[in-house]
Amino acid sequence: MDHKRQTLFIQGNEAIARGALAAGCNFFAGYPITPASEITEIMSRELPRRGGSFIQMEDEIASMGAITGASLAGAKSLTATSGPGFSLMQENIGFASVTEVPCVIVNVMRGGASTGLPTNPGQGDVMQARWGTHGDHPAIVLSTSSVSDCFSLTIKAFNFAERFRTPVILLSDEMVSHTREKIILPGKDEIEILNREKPSVPHEWYIPYEDTEDGVPAMAEFGDSYKYHITGLTHDINGFPTRNPKEVEAFVKRLFRKISNHKEQIQIYENFETEDADIIVIAYGSVARSALRAIKIARKMGIKAGLLKLSTLFPFPKSEVQNAASKAIKLIIPEMNTGQISREVKKAISDCPVEVVKLNRIDGSLITPKEILKYIEEVD
Amino acid sequence: MPYTELIHKYLRHNKKFPHVWCPGCGNGIVLGALIRAFDKMNFDMEKVVLVSGIGCSSRLPVYVDCNTLHTTHGRALTFATGIKFAKPELNVIVIMGDGDATAIGGNHLIHAARRNIDLTAIIINNNIYGMTGGQYSPTTPFGAKAATSAYGNIEHPFNISELVAVAGATYVGRSTAFHAKLIDKLIIQAVEKPGFGVVEVITHCHTQYGRRNNTPTAVEMMKLQQEKAVLIEKAKKMSPDELKGKFTIGTLVDRNLPNYCSEYSRIRRVALTKTDK
Repeated sequence: MDHKRQTLFIQGNEAIARGALAAGCNFFAGYPITPASEITEIMSRELPRRGGSFIQMEDEIASMGAITGASLAGAKSLTATSGPGFSLMQENIGFASVTEVPCVIVNVMRGGASTGLPTNPGQGDVMQARWGTHGDHPAIVLSTSSVSDCFSLTIKAFNFAERFRTPVILLSDEMVSHTREKIILPGKDEIEILNREKPSVPHEWYIPYEDTEDGVPAMAEFGDSYKYHITGLTHDINGFPTRNPKEVEAFVKRLFRKISNHKEQIQIYENFETEDADIIVIAYGSVARSALRAIKIARKMGIKAGLLKLSTLFPFPKSEVQNAASKAIKLIIPEMNTGQISREVKKAISDCPVEVVKLNRIDGSLITPKEILKYIEEVD
Repeated sequence: MPYTELIHKYLRHNKKFPHVWCPGCGNGIVLGALIRAFDKMNFDMEKVVLVSGIGCSSRLPVYVDCNTLHTTHGRALTFATGIKFAKPELNVIVIMGDGDATAIGGNHLIHAARRNIDLTAIIINNNIYGMTGGQYSPTTPFGAKAATSAYGNIEHPFNISELVAVAGATYVGRSTAFHAKLIDKLIIQAVEKPGFGVVEVITHCHTQYGRRNNTPTAVEMMKLQQEKAVLIEKAKKMSPDELKGKFTIGTLVDRNLPNYCSEYSRIRRVALTKTDK
């Protein structure tokens, strides 16, 4: 990471790798998959020369296990994949979630279910990112829409992972990850880096899963001389398995509380000309770019259109969506899926009289500004 | 050191007992061997990480007073790989059962051996899925009865030690629960050997396997271990006929191969000499 600002012309996947390195990532485990392989390749070249560690595992299940293990030994760890690999990772993502292990998982979304459309963009993994692993658990899910986002949101992903002791999922898509565009990388001093809190108490006082007000217990790393037990079984504050209903409930509640109590810090979004807008487009990922273009053209045509761009998908920015709904007559939600975020929007604004219009493409193609503009005009 | 002292020194004796295993189970014998080995190696327990997956044998780490990690079914080696690679100064020992290591985790097992990362895997092989109620595993003998093979098992078993040997493990040792002292020795050899080391312990599950296959007690099953196991040194002098129905125990493989962590240190030095593209 340079001390000075740098202007570059790079693709989204390279910006993700650079963002990870800037955030202090020193461990990567992954398995090749289109359209995420560039991240893996860059990390294989960059990590060893920085004293970090890269390992190509036998599959994505193993990759997720390895980054969790590395993080327990103190590393800042990353893996990158696409839909099929993301499916394989789910069980171990749940493990990292309940054992509260910081790590970052990048899913560069491709089109379709199953093997799908490996070289096309898609947004079909949004709800999988939220609910892919079994059982109730909180989730932090971010979404990138530009090369510049790829850099800054990867740093945010690491910061959230460290601050809240949780796996963080960063969703990119084939279009964002393979587009090359200009990016101004900030200097080292301009980047905020967060690191996990370590215990400072004597060993015998350390409570690895302490139910603190903040909800995020201090994390000892293996070798730090705090010997304790970690298990995917539901555990008590000392880390040992429990079936005591009171302890089980307290644990699950804290897991949710540590995210929900800090949701304002986590929810990242941007408003473009929404202040006086009658029509607000709510978009994320590469679609947000088409949406921005569409509202700009609409404004020139005299239509009061605005954009709410979501960078945090979960915890879902409910208040901000409600805010948009209270101002607008209609909301347009374009997505490259059958409407995964539109359902969250509808849930959030069930009390508002605003009309919600879905715009979906499920053919592996981008949603163009023209298509969104057509919807804006129709609504108008 | 007398047993009581060992227990107080190495086990979470006042937190986690009684244990979950059935009376007569071989898992406790392996646990005993492990703490005797720790004591002989004079280990700093703060630098030891015990990793396991899911199953009866995977409950073993929780009883030991060190860094313990109870992971997902079959994946213990992947977590252990991350730990060891991120912090090579830690001693990482993985405890698995036959189902955990060779069915759901079979891919990770052969790749850990091939990669030759410096881990020790102790595989407790009781030929059955004990915890879930006695279903057949990849090491259940042909013809044997299990909860899912009431009419006899029609699959052929893995020989775990041979499997990891051909996959590239630098150290392979095999013992039985009956040959308890040998387990101590093999664990020490495997831990001290750089690279991927495996200790297979043939043990018994009289509760789930024995009662379905005419050997309903731990004693009967351990007698079979005594009869069928032949020390490798002795086996070398025996004819194939004499070895029929028997298996070898002792140090089966001990070889030197470059291991992942030290090779990666070399890669870091090489990478430093390369300039930006």
